[in-house]
Amino acid sequence: MSLQTTLLLIPLLPLGGAILAGLFRNQVGRVGAHSVTILGVAGSFVLSAWILMQQIEGTLDTVNISVYTWMIADGIRFQVGFLVDHLTSLMMTTVSFVSMLIHIYTIGYMRDDPGYQRFFSYIALFTFSMLMLVMSNNFLQLFFGWEAVGLVSYLLIGFWFKRESAIQANLKAFLVNRVGDFGFLLGIAAVLLTFGTLDYVEVFGQANSAIGQTLSIPGGMEWNILTFICICLFIGAMGKSAQAPLHVWLPDSMEGPTPISALIHAATMVTAGIFMVARMSPLFELSDAALSFVMLIGAFTALSMGLIGIVQNDVKRVIAYSTLSQLGYMTVALGVSAYSAAIFHLMTHAFFKALLFLGAGSVIIAMHHEQDMRYMGGLRKYMPVTWITAWVGTLALIGFPFFSGFYSKDMIIEAVHESQRWGSGIAYFAVVIGVLITAIYSFRLLYLTFHGPEKFEVDADAGHHPPPGKQPAKPKESPLVVTIPLIGLAIPSVLIGYMTIEPILFGGWLTNDGSIFVLEKNDVLAELGHHFHGATAMATHALSTVPFWLMITGFVLATGIWLFRPSLAEMLRNRMPWLYRVLDHKYYFDEFYRKVFVNGAVSLGRNLWNKADAGFIDNGIVNGSARVVGWMAARVRRWQTGFLYDYAFVMIIGLIGILAVWVAMVP
Amino acid sequence: MLTLAHFLTLGAILFSLSIAGIFINRKNIIILLMCIELMLLAVNMNFVAFSRFLGNLDGQIFVFFILTVAAAEAGIGLAILVVLFRNRQTINVAELDDLKG
Amino acid sequence: MNSAQLLLAAPEFWVLVMACVIMIVDLFLREERRGIIHMLAMLTVIFAAIITLRGDFLANGLPSASAFNDSFIRDPMGDVLKVFSFVLMGLIYTYSKFYLRNFKMFRADFYTLSLFALLGVMLLISANSMLMMYLGLELISLSVYALVAFNRESGRGSESAMKYFVLGSMASGMLLYGMSMIYGATGSLLIPDIAEAIRVQGSDDILLIFGLVFVVVGIAFKFGVVPFHMWIPDVYEGAPPAVTLFISSVPKLAAFAMAYRFLSSGLGDLHIHWESMLASLAILSIILGNLAAIMQKNIKRMLAYSTISHMGFVLLGLLPGTAFGFGAAMYYVIVYGIMSVAAFAMIILLSSRGVEAETLDDFKGLNQRNPYYAAIMGLVLFSMAGVPPMVGFFAKLMVLKAVVEAGMIWLAVSAVVFAVIGAFYYLRVVKYMYFDEPENETSITAPVDFGAALTLNGIMIIGLGIFSSSLITICMTSFGV
Repeated sequence: MSLQTTLLLIPLLPLGGAILAGLFRNQVGRVGAHSVTILGVAGSFVLSAWILMQQIEGTLDTVNISVYTWMIADGIRFQVGFLVDHLTSLMMTTVSFVSMLIHIYTIGYMRDDPGYQRFFSYIALFTFSMLMLVMSNNFLQLFFGWEAVGLVSYLLIGFWFKRESAIQANLKAFLVNRVGDFGFLLGIAAVLLTFGTLDYVEVFGQANSAIGQTLSIPGGMEWNILTFICICLFIGAMGKSAQAPLHVWLPDSMEGPTPISALIHAATMVTAGIFMVARMSPLFELSDAALSFVMLIGAFTALSMGLIGIVQNDVKRVIAYSTLSQLGYMTVALGVSAYSAAIFHLMTHAFFKALLFLGAGSVIIAMHHEQDMRYMGGLRKYMPVTWITAWVGTLALIGFPFFSGFYSKDMIIEAVHESQRWGSGIAYFAVVIGVLITAIYSFRLLYLTFHGPEKFEVDADAGHHPPPGKQPAKPKESPLVVTIPLIGLAIPSVLIGYMTIEPILFGGWLTNDGSIFVLEKNDVLAELGHHFHGATAMATHALSTVPFWLMITGFVLATGIWLFRPSLAEMLRNRMPWLYRVLDHKYYFDEFYRKVFVNGAVSLGRNLWNKADAGFIDNGIVNGSARVVGWMAARVRRWQTGFLYDYAFVMIIGLIGILAVWVAMVP
Repeated sequence: MLTLAHFLTLGAILFSLSIAGIFINRKNIIILLMCIELMLLAVNMNFVAFSRFLGNLDGQIFVFFILTVAAAEAGIGLAILVVLFRNRQTINVAELDDLKG
Repeated sequence: MNSAQLLLAAPEFWVLVMACVIMIVDLFLREERRGIIHMLAMLTVIFAAIITLRGDFLANGLPSASAFNDSFIRDPMGDVLKVFSFVLMGLIYTYSKFYLRNFKMFRADFYTLSLFALLGVMLLISANSMLMMYLGLELISLSVYALVAFNRESGRGSESAMKYFVLGSMASGMLLYGMSMIYGATGSLLIPDIAEAIRVQGSDDILLIFGLVFVVVGIAFKFGVVPFHMWIPDVYEGAPPAVTLFISSVPKLAAFAMAYRFLSSGLGDLHIHWESMLASLAILSIILGNLAAIMQKNIKRMLAYSTISHMGFVLLGLLPGTAFGFGAAMYYVIVYGIMSVAAFAMIILLSSRGVEAETLDDFKGLNQRNPYYAAIMGLVLFSMAGVPPMVGFFAKLMVLKAVVEAGMIWLAVSAVVFAVIGAFYYLRVVKYMYFDEPENETSITAPVDFGAALTLNGIMIIGLGIFSSSLITICMTSFGV
């Protein structure tokens, strides 16, 4: 099997599975659908892992091949191609591994759903799109993958929306993502304009020549072209990786009853933006302004979204806001040129966040689709496996020494501390306080769910969808298809950071082969490398640092409030109602967008549709240009009225309008 | 002495009358059909006048075609009218508003 | 006038003769043998395509040739448009046979009238004088008025026919009025002579501008752009889908040819005037079409408003007056025809015996009723929304490129903004098809030829997108780009 075939097979296997399960669902049946998609994704995981192994051993160099040239227009080649270096193979393996676990888990979770085959088809399609995105060697294919994962995510959000209000929620997600995509497209267009090519290698090769070039913007401003490109591309990343203020769609994607879509939205797809910025490091490195922008957006997201997590009651929403916050950490790392640290955190986060989501899913199954933590509690004795793995995930998330999250998060904090970038002081403050916040909401989640008194009653008559606080039977541990992935994820959540920190961050595994490019003056990780004496030493040293003690403070606070003195939480809420209200409304982002954009679009459409009536014709036309027809307009009430004479009237208005403007123009 | 301008003015007046007739009339579809005929006649007036004053016969030939097509058009229009009346028992313009929005 | 010149119009003669033959043959056919009429009509369009493609007139190396005292012109652009008209007609006949049989309207007059309309389309595409344009236009209009009222029992059908008739007659009256002005200003009916006269005497004649405005109104009505769009939603909803199939596709090709010949070949020196007229009509159409479509519950009306915005895009391609722009507009109008035919075919498919599919709800759960057709409809919708790699994306891309090259960035930007808003209502249908429970659980079946035609149509939509350069090259070379 040639290398090209191998690489082609990696994305095409899931695609084949998606097609079989989607179009021929009746032929393949339920078992057939999950078998073909799992086989496809497992196949691409094995091949990805094989490529990764070869690159680790050094037997395979960076591969850059063009598979198919689609068209050549004005000397610009549009093609499908693969660029596989260390960064790519790491992402490929992570993506296909997490996808594979999702597939397996879905068998159990979706067992009773009528859309079983369809769901498998979507997640396999998602895997295909995501692999195309990370393996691309040019901007066009990147954009294709970008839009394709967005589309599948839209399909998955819609999968569970059956209510009429869904149109509005979907419209919001759609519009927000379009803002991001618009920036992304603008960035790609600027790349094309500046470099005349869409190929990564060619663009990065010429990057230096663009230093100092400017772009004049209408209004007389001059922009550094590289800053412009980078900020536009990053706006795209903000949409996909849910950075404030374009984050509002992500919590909505958690609305559905399944943690699986949440998992796609949390552990894999949202990392596309982080990956993209790391991939574009040769461009970002050349613009300090853009990097500062990236860093500040990330810092703001990391802190503010974590705070919201403290007041949420839906178990999945807490994890969703925690994801937003962790994505903020990755973005901060990008902003201080610690790209490797961002990718490292991306990887560890993928494991422990997937673990937490699947754990939440397991709880939700046991609680008969109750998601409100106020009606849980004391579950540890009913579901020990879920409980222990949830503890592991939580410790990893808060960054407890020796757990994987500790290494990645601590390195980001150190890198921000080390950085000289403009604004890094604020970012440092945000990420350090973020540690405290993370500990508080993580332990709150853990205590409310697994510890404390049981806040539900067992009532055999409660039915299949019990009212809040009632359960038809005692909760019981989830089946093996659920618990095995949990254990499978818990192991790397503990070990992966300890094992891989040295090669990834300090061994230059990502930088030596040119996957990631860092200017010497920005290289904070190299600076940190001088003080690094192995993973064990780092963990023991952490006991004397500020973040560790902040974490312990958070732990103590959370334990005190939610485990021993639940009334304290009530009191705090009553003492500071304004703070609670702001957090509970998520800083009013949703309200703002709904009022301004969604309602605006909808009412504009409605008005033009049916009743561009009195207001429009009376005020617009009568008091406007053509007073001559005013007496007629009074009788014309509506536009598409169905009356012939009104139609004729509109035509005549059009005719007179054109005549008035153009005949008057002629001297 | 009549000039070209006189004829053009007459044509314009006829044309405006027909257009006004189409949307002022709220009652009878047959009046709409009459207005359409009138519009075509206004055009014919223009063509004949131009043809006469330019000394070029093309315009008059065009008029013959317009007259022929207008006859066919009136035929189709009346046929549709008959079908409409059979289905709706009315030819009142103001009652033709099933399709709207 | 020699026979070689007559031969230029061979496809037209063929269609004319066959339309008459079908009319007569039907007199001698028993009810149950009517399938023969369908076969004859298919034969007509297939042979018309073959005759057109032979292109004998190009043997002497001329880019174009004319006949009937220069009233009739044969050139590559016209040939391409005609061939695509035939292709679309073939699809339309296949789709509408299913519908007509289902609704007990399978009569020969549908075929005769639509062949006459097709003849009008061909004449309009090849018309090189105002007289020929008028005749072609009227031949289309008169046949289509009758077709809209084809279901004689339908109140809505006859209502929409009446509306279309009155508005259409008014529009052709306005067009004629404009033609008379232009005739008065230039002293000729022939397009090349008009251009010559304007070149000699200058373009600031008030009579010319007057004439231009009326002509633009006539063309705008044919396209159905704001504010001359009022007939479109009502006719799309009222007419039988078999007829809407035709109205929404083939005549738009003819309208494009007419606009090109009249505005560019004839009134090219007035470009500065019609450019801005078309720009305002185009942007109004894109705005109104996309916004009004969002609120529609009726799929036919939604597609009607989407047509309005698509035609706005065609005008965007026309207005720069460059060869590239015309090529892009031609590409757009052909692509639109292909997508629109497929979309209405889906409505026909969903119309079960005696009940027409009307509302968006009829698309609910289509994926569960027939995933194959749902996938094709998905392709159509994505293409209409302009999602790559479907062909609709490239159509928008080309048109926007033409506009940007002409320096009208703001126009391109606002068109993109509203096209993006418009994408929402297409994707909403996708949501209905894939995520909602069907209201009607019966599975969907269609005859073999219907399925084959729809498959071909779907392949065109994705294939012309993936291998987009093929059709683009054909369109561009028609204008020498």
